[in-house]
Amino acid sequence: MRRDSPSGGILVLGEIRSGRLHPAALELTAKARLLADDMGAEVSTLLLFSEIDVNPETLIGYGADSVICVRDRRLGLFDQEVQSRILYRIIRDTRPGIVLAPATTSGRSIMPAVAAKLRTGLTADCTGLDIDPETKQLLQTRPAIGGNIMATIRTPEHRPQMATVRPRTFAIPASDPNRAGSVKELTLPDHCFESRVVPLGLERSDGDDVNIQDRDVVVSGGKGMKKQENFALLRNLAELLDGGVGASRAAVDNKWIPYSHQVGLSGKVVAPKVYFAVGISGTVQHLAGMQTSGMIVAINKDPEAPIFKVADIGLCGDLFDIVPRLIEALRGRKGV
Amino acid sequence: MKIAVLIKQVPDSDDVRMDEATGTMVREGIGAMINPLDLHALQEALRIRSSRGGEVTAISMGPPQAETALREALALGADEAVFLSDPRFAASDTWATARTLSEAIEATGPYDLVLAGEKATDGETGQVGPEVAVMLDVPFSTYVSWIEFESGNSLVVSRTVEDGIERQRLSIPCLLTVLRDINEPSMPTLSGKRAARRADLPAWDLDRLGLSPEEIGLKGSPTRVVRIFHPQITRSPRLFKGNDIERGIAELLTELEGLGITGREGVS
Repeated sequence: MRRDSPSGGILVLGEIRSGRLHPAALELTAKARLLADDMGAEVSTLLLFSEIDVNPETLIGYGADSVICVRDRRLGLFDQEVQSRILYRIIRDTRPGIVLAPATTSGRSIMPAVAAKLRTGLTADCTGLDIDPETKQLLQTRPAIGGNIMATIRTPEHRPQMATVRPRTFAIPASDPNRAGSVKELTLPDHCFESRVVPLGLERSDGDDVNIQDRDVVVSGGKGMKKQENFALLRNLAELLDGGVGASRAAVDNKWIPYSHQVGLSGKVVAPKVYFAVGISGTVQHLAGMQTSGMIVAINKDPEAPIFKVADIGLCGDLFDIVPRLIEALRGRKGV
Repeated sequence: MKIAVLIKQVPDSDDVRMDEATGTMVREGIGAMINPLDLHALQEALRIRSSRGGEVTAISMGPPQAETALREALALGADEAVFLSDPRFAASDTWATARTLSEAIEATGPYDLVLAGEKATDGETGQVGPEVAVMLDVPFSTYVSWIEFESGNSLVVSRTVEDGIERQRLSIPCLLTVLRDINEPSMPTLSGKRAARRADLPAWDLDRLGLSPEEIGLKGSPTRVVRIFHPQITRSPRLFKGNDIERGIAELLTELEGLGITGREGVS
């Protein structure tokens, strides 16, 4: 829709998965607070759920002026049609200037549907959000081509300005217990829950299969791992650090590990706090999937491997010697 | 069953090279290819056609050279190809792209199923699929790794999401965006290659689609790119080898502690 009202506030769509609040809800609420202070606007966080593991009031401590809750048993399983209809309705009624959602599979499904219906712009997978001091418009910065290029995008004429934000982009500050705000429970008419999509259930995966994009630590193996069995070594290291196991394309093409673990241009883009590249030379395609990680540790026997150029710590030698020593040192630290 | 497959031509990601001096990606002289996930969408359409009959139409919007992507789709087995090309489509954002594609889908349809890759390797937005679905007013699902038809007018999909596999039933017609796990793309056939060579692919322009210039291209795009830059990631690599490895491991442990990475307690 074209701009027809003053700048409006910021609406954050919080995500609840299987009754658990996704930390991105806190992260985005806190970021929205900073942006709203630059604009002199209010922050509302919207929660759609059937059950939730925290008191919605929690969000106030992170910066929400109001928390809008839609609690309904029909929101237990994810339905993109129902969620986008409700978000659309709330945007229509509250006229926010900015709408933010996490760039998860859910957020990346709901937000384009709502943007299409509102005839407004949407920027995917942002890693930077700022308010232009002059125009008060949202400046949305996002990586393209696996982070090799960054683009800053704005939505000059259409409202709201919508963005999905890559989880773990912004720090989650400590909660301020003295902040004031309100919690509103919204009851919606039945037709809001009608859908041409019928959610049938979620088969949870655990352990090794947990999405590596959600991990603080990712331990990836490449061609240097030599065979499938050797990935057990990386699983041990990952487990000690409560991390996930990733892989280069070479390892996935050799069928040593499923595609869902592939990091790189044709796989997943990850940005954990710590990324281990083990037996990975560091092709451009692989670097594109991990170079924005917090700390990068490379273990490789070839001192000329390009991975060492982007690594904070490089351990040059035989990975089958170094990784067990590292595991031993980590166990020693824990006193196990 | 009439199936439309949305295809985008992207720079060949196997051909990506870095300019050593500037640390940026070399774009000149890079080959083009069908977006890899769109190949999986096309393969799925062909698989459905072989079990349920029907017709597969590949639709692509792009500059004149994107025609080769559609010829490739024909070589792989698509029955028809619709090429949307007009200088006025240039600089479309996802909204304007979806608007153009949905108009072409309506003009050449109706379709029972619209398939597309979950995202393209260049823009990586994943937005065009859901936006097209809303403009067509059909239900959609994303991140689809399995499609199964039911006896009625519905299908069941598996979606690969963060914490597992979600199953959903959708009524037909619908739009699905697919992941790589869904199938293995096959090679072009001889008869396909012949058909691809012979095919006449007149470009549909703005007028043939009956769209107004206000709705498409840069004019129809709600978003504007204000700046493009190359991220500067500065790291000061510390390399340890030989007898220094032990010291490297010790420094690594200190860094991990500093970052609060203590890992799981009680893991033996």
